Amino acid sequence: MKRPGRRGTQLACLFLLGCVLFNFPLLAIFNVPVRILGIPVLYAYMFAAWLLLIVLLAVVMERKD
Amino acid sequence: MLEGWVIVSASFAYIGLLFAIAYYADQRADAGRSVIANPWIYSLSLAVYATAWTFYGSVGRAASDGVGFLPIYIGPTLMIVLWWLVVRKMIRIAKLNRTTSLADFVAARYGRSALIGGLVTVIAVIGILPYISLQLKAISTSFQILLEYPQIVMPQKAGTVSVMQDTAFYVALFLAMFTIAFGTRQLDAAERHEGMVAAIAFESIVKLVAFLAVGVYVTFVMYEGPGDIFGRAAERPDLAALMAPFGEAAGGYASWVWLTVLSMMAIMFLPRQFQVAVIENVDEQHVKRAMWVFPLYMLAINLFVLPIAVGGLLHFPSGVDADTFVLTLPMARGNEALALLVFIGGLSAATGMVIVETIALSTMVCNDLVMPVVLRLRKFRVTAGDLSSLLLDIRRTAIVAILMMGYFYYLLAGEAYALVSIGLISFSAVAQFGPVIIGGLFWKGATRAGALAGLTAGFLVWTYTLLLPAFAKSGWLGFGLEFLDQGPFRIDLLRPTQLFGLAGLDQITHAMIWSFIANIGLYVGVSVLGRQSAAEHAQATMFVDVYKQTGERGVQWRGTASASSLQTLLGRFQGPARAAELFSAYARERGLKSVDELEGDSELVRHAELQLAGTIGTASARAMVATVAQEDPLGIDEVMTILDEASQVIAYSHRLEDQQRELEAATSELKAANERLKELDRMKDDFISTVTHELRTPLTSIRAFSEILHDNPDLDGAERQRFLGLVIKESERLTRLINQVLDLAKIESGHALWNTGELDLREVVVDAVNATSPLFRSKGVSIETAMPALVPSVVADRDRLTQVLLNLLSNAVKFCPAGTGRVEVRLEADGGGVRVDVRDNGPGISPEHQAMIFEKFRQVGDTLTQKPSGTGLGLSICRRIIGHFGGRLWVESAPGRGSVFSFVLPCPSAS
Repeated sequence: MKRPGRRGTQLACLFLLGCVLFNFPLLAIFNVPVRILGIPVLYAYMFAAWLLLIVLLAVVMERKD
Repeated sequence: MLEGWVIVSASFAYIGLLFAIAYYADQRADAGRSVIANPWIYSLSLAVYATAWTFYGSVGRAASDGVGFLPIYIGPTLMIVLWWLVVRKMIRIAKLNRTTSLADFVAARYGRSALIGGLVTVIAVIGILPYISLQLKAISTSFQILLEYPQIVMPQKAGTVSVMQDTAFYVALFLAMFTIAFGTRQLDAAERHEGMVAAIAFESIVKLVAFLAVGVYVTFVMYEGPGDIFGRAAERPDLAALMAPFGEAAGGYASWVWLTVLSMMAIMFLPRQFQVAVIENVDEQHVKRAMWVFPLYMLAINLFVLPIAVGGLLHFPSGVDADTFVLTLPMARGNEALALLVFIGGLSAATGMVIVETIALSTMVCNDLVMPVVLRLRKFRVTAGDLSSLLLDIRRTAIVAILMMGYFYYLLAGEAYALVSIGLISFSAVAQFGPVIIGGLFWKGATRAGALAGLTAGFLVWTYTLLLPAFAKSGWLGFGLEFLDQGPFRIDLLRPTQLFGLAGLDQITHAMIWSFIANIGLYVGVSVLGRQSAAEHAQATMFVDVYKQTGERGVQWRGTASASSLQTLLGRFQGPARAAELFSAYARERGLKSVDELEGDSELVRHAELQLAGTIGTASARAMVATVAQEDPLGIDEVMTILDEASQVIAYSHRLEDQQRELEAATSELKAANERLKELDRMKDDFISTVTHELRTPLTSIRAFSEILHDNPDLDGAERQRFLGLVIKESERLTRLINQVLDLAKIESGHALWNTGELDLREVVVDAVNATSPLFRSKGVSIETAMPALVPSVVADRDRLTQVLLNLLSNAVKFCPAGTGRVEVRLEADGGGVRVDVRDNGPGISPEHQAMIFEKFRQVGDTLTQKPSGTGLGLSICRRIIGHFGGRLWVESAPGRGSVFSFVLPCPSAS
């Protein structure tokens, strides 16, 4: 088998990170009727975590091998 | 201002612009300067994922479920993280095989099976119909709402007007014509559509701009920012639940997870996503940037969904469908320009989806459903007519048929569901491709039979648990809600929405669980139990090990055909002129002057098949080439060759293993040798320091006594005599020591002179005993000898042996008690040699000292309190002398019971 290499390992870790961020029980922590800066905390969390994932993905993919 | 003609002309102007972009991109492509060959356009074209569902439906979903619309976009983001490992592989495979569609890809993996290709096509077409109906519904609804401006009126239910008066019908017809004009202008061997991709990328910008515009307008113009909207919502108890939509029960999370998984499948296996991500891909490096740009696009287009949804719920009392908030909110404020922009944005989202989806589906219908059947008809096989126009006609017909079927689905079931729910039915259908494609990419053992079984089972469960209930809810099919509530034949366990009593889940989660169990279970089970044919195995290896291949394709067509028959065949599908052009290009590449010189070898056959695969799909291309080419059967010789190659590889790896083992052994030997060298070096150092120490002791004595004599000239005679005697004794000891060190060094270095000859050991013993008899007498120790009359002679150096015996005897007398001491020398033949024992009745040697006494400078006893009476080298030298002649010297002793020093020398005559 071909080894996945450094970038492959990083991507696999990112995938697992995403699976944890967007799943029970982390979601349950934010599933409360609280607002932060006027925005529902669950909604704010979703977009913040999503953006974090995208930024990390960009770093991994745009870095030179 | 928003009269019917304004809306229609704006729409046509927009469509015209799309055509202009597509035309320009096609021109550039023909000129070899592609506009789509960059990662940004590739990323934007992937955004064809965002359809009317995203544009209108997400707000509707958010209005009832809060963040429940997000898994549809977070799932794809998660999947895209793995694209560098998965989609890059699919692109590589698709390019090598000239794959034209999703069905073609799956068929190629499972042994170029026409049956699999057909099955995938059927599932895709039926599965996508709800999705197409969603777009029709969205366009016609938004059009009708806009027409009623300034009133806000929900459109009439579908089916309440005749087909001829139904906007959706005309939308479907219009989209069919539009797609035909776009996608089937020419028959391209690579089945790539540069113009279409450019137009789709443009549409992605338009829908994003339109949605962001309405989002900003609602959030910051109609309300004072998101804080204002959510603050007001918090005061309304009916809206407060949207902020924390997951209930206390775990069911909400199960639904969330399944929607995520479903969307992960959809982003790869929706026919249009496969088309833009894999087939239309120009360079696999573009995937790198698209992997973060496309998720960023999805994030941006979803940013304002919840504010718009909550804003709409706050603004409208009720009776306004939340699916229309994007359009009705600007209309309610009288912002006509924005309303028109939103309509155009929605049109962008819907048309983009319909164009790419129907092109992808029509290619599949043509290449994987119709052509395999058509090519079986004798008429088409025999006549040498040009089939390229037939191909185009099939595709055009397929486009119209698909859109009409989408329209009828809309009529039948479109009203019973919200936009998102309609789309999810389609997602669940294409998710059935997930196991066979992902499995096929990484698992060589997956078989054709397994794929057939898995796909069929998954599709049947989908039909039963999702499609039938959708029809039943609309009252169609003659059996209504009774069928849903009580199950067929009133069998409760078979209720489509609570199969086998599985209740408490939403419909999609329920269907996904059962269809995946059936699909994956049969796919894996049948694959594991069954066997692959040779052709299947070849394709499986080609897919799984695609990165290991260097040439155009790993598995070769093993057959021959005449070049002219191949050219004629290609001409029938691509036109004779294009075929001639391809063949002469091929001939030029080979350095041949004309096509006539081409030989119909297996390479040419393969080349022709690849060209044909680009037009009619791999399965059909295989079948067509088989009509003119003679494929050599896989003979026993070739099987043996393959086996032989395999066994050679195995033998080679065994040899490698052996060599590695040898290398390891050599390394450990070297290590041991090195350790020994270090030990010897240490011993040499020890030896030198010991020798120096031993030399200094007598020297110190000599010097001390000499100084006394020198400093005291008036010392009395007796005293002087005694001191001089000590000086002489110490000098003798010094001389002895130096002689022995030199002797030992000579023996050890191999430079000693040996006067070797045959000798009788008895003479040596007698000489030695005579020589030491004064010593024995002076100490009062008796000595006896016991020797047989005749012993075999040995080969040795007489002087050296005498030296050994003298040493042993002087040692014996040294340790015997004075007066009662008794030493016995015994000589006897022993096996193949002669043995000499020297026995004394001294104090004996403890076992731990027995090995030590043969080492250099080791003397038994406390050297600090007792004056050493020997050099400590005697026994060491003896052992070396005996060893030199092939003999052995050892001691047997126990404390208090005397010692026996023995040596044995071999006899040449005995051996």
